[in-house]
Amino acid sequence: MTATPAESAVPPEPTAPPRAARSSRLLAERVIEAAIALAGVSTVVIVALIFLFLLRESTAAFLDVPLRQLMGTRWYPIEGLFGFLPLIAGSLVVTIGAVVIAVPLGLITAIYLGEIAPPSQREVLKPIIEVLAGIPSIVLGFVGWVALAPLVQQLGATTGLTALTGSLILAYMALPTIISISEDALYAVPKAYRDGALAIGATQWQTIWRVVLPAARSGIVIAVMLGIGRAIGETMAVMMVTGNAANIPALGPGLFLQPVRTMTATIAAEMGEVQRGSLHYSTLFAIGVVLFVITFGINYVAGRLIGASGGPRRRGQL
Amino acid sequence: MTRQQSHTLAVRAITAVSVLVIVPILLVIGYVVAHGIGTVDWTFLTQPPRDGMRAGGIMPALLGTLVLAAGTAVVTLPAGIGAAIFLAEYAGDNRMTRAVRLAIVNLAGIPSIVYGLFGLGAFVLFLRFGTSIVAGALTLGIMTLPVVISTAEEAIRAVPDQFRTVSLSLGATRWQTIRHHVLPHALPGILTGIILGLGRAAGETAPILFTVAAFYLPELPRSIFDQTMALPYHLYVISTQVPGMPLGMQYGTALVLLLLVLSMTLSATLIRTRMRRRREW
Repeated sequence: MTATPAESAVPPEPTAPPRAARSSRLLAERVIEAAIALAGVSTVVIVALIFLFLLRESTAAFLDVPLRQLMGTRWYPIEGLFGFLPLIAGSLVVTIGAVVIAVPLGLITAIYLGEIAPPSQREVLKPIIEVLAGIPSIVLGFVGWVALAPLVQQLGATTGLTALTGSLILAYMALPTIISISEDALYAVPKAYRDGALAIGATQWQTIWRVVLPAARSGIVIAVMLGIGRAIGETMAVMMVTGNAANIPALGPGLFLQPVRTMTATIAAEMGEVQRGSLHYSTLFAIGVVLFVITFGINYVAGRLIGASGGPRRRGQL
Repeated sequence: MTRQQSHTLAVRAITAVSVLVIVPILLVIGYVVAHGIGTVDWTFLTQPPRDGMRAGGIMPALLGTLVLAAGTAVVTLPAGIGAAIFLAEYAGDNRMTRAVRLAIVNLAGIPSIVYGLFGLGAFVLFLRFGTSIVAGALTLGIMTLPVVISTAEEAIRAVPDQFRTVSLSLGATRWQTIRHHVLPHALPGILTGIILGLGRAAGETAPILFTVAAFYLPELPRSIFDQTMALPYHLYVISTQVPGMPLGMQYGTALVLLLLVLSMTLSATLIRTRMRRRREW
């Protein structure tokens, strides 16, 4: 190892400093190190505080609205009806649609980037995907609203603002997460596995399909889970393009061509108008609790899986 | 079909699907640029909105977003870098460390609208900051923490252990070693994380909806306890809440927001690439 300029710039001290100066410096270091430890611990405190504040503001909803009503099928806050089912169904439909689109696309793109693309292409493509991760959700929602919705309407829907429009936008928002984590999972498969398969005469595709993908299975599962977590919590884009109809979507072939309203969009759309401290206000916080619990669960399980598989080290960020 | 044919077919299909992923990204950006470029000029950037926001510029919203990004930095930097140093340099393999890691993973997964609810409950109402820049910056700052922590930790861990060993063996204390020999080398990586995080915060709408963003303000905010307009919320307002809005204003606002956020993302990527090339170990 060669000495760097930074190292040679600090010569060892020729004589020990006076005891007072040294002890005051030690004290200063203690303070700094305590602050650093505090910063670490603060993350745990913050998660706890977020949960506590959500609970605090939603207590009234959980105490005063009967559980049977919360599980009900009608969300009409003006009439005092707070049934979560239409909102949960809306989130579910949009998220399932997004996952069905994003998982194959993301996984296949990861295979392309990791196994097939020459390095020169990869250097161009990866930044483009990072750009996708960087586009603000409101801008994607805006483009979905002015450009995508008219296209969806031509599919035969009465309006372009449907679950499908939301799923399409959400799929692209979840793609960077899915691609980067699956690519890490593929990358973590030892080269010896590939060499072994190729050496006994498998084609590259057989190697990918029969050896690499099964070996990367747990990492891919994590990618899908975190993609779902990303999709279920997205707010602005979904609110702009899904039509905001708080009805349970009718099952059938037209399932994805109906307007729906997600949990996130309901909070964003209604919190601005409610009276603080009212039952409606408290119920919106209760939706927040549901969202917190869902995403916490997904991330907790994914985190455990990462720990267990020793799989991808880099987390959701590209 | 022979094995070779199925291989060729599979590779073609995979390539086609990848094109399907990449092309819409370029289309979205091209679409916003092509429609917005005609509106964006110096007047648009420096004038306040007029005629019920249907004319004029976006100056107060742009300024508000920059102020919020600065506020976010003030909140997130000390805690984020501190936590990263803790995880990379001090934390042992114990229950505490695992709890911190779990917390960071979960912070990264909490939906942005839930951060908005937390900011409303904790900063706007409980701490009585009201709908204000402080409340918004605190909310965005906490939301940005996981990005800053994970990138900074990775950068600190990438500094080779020999640097630490040599410094410690010359009699430096642990903190002196970190301060003079680890952090300077990790700086580009830390910077990447900060810029990425702030870019994301600048583009967020949901966390500022109830904590700081104003529909329209005739004057600029005068203190950090005032509301401010912000670019993402402004785009939301003029594209869905104001009837008869000229499309040009919407495209122009979308373009400015997109350029602001993407320039931050891209510069972060550039710093990281240059750092990888120049790395001397």
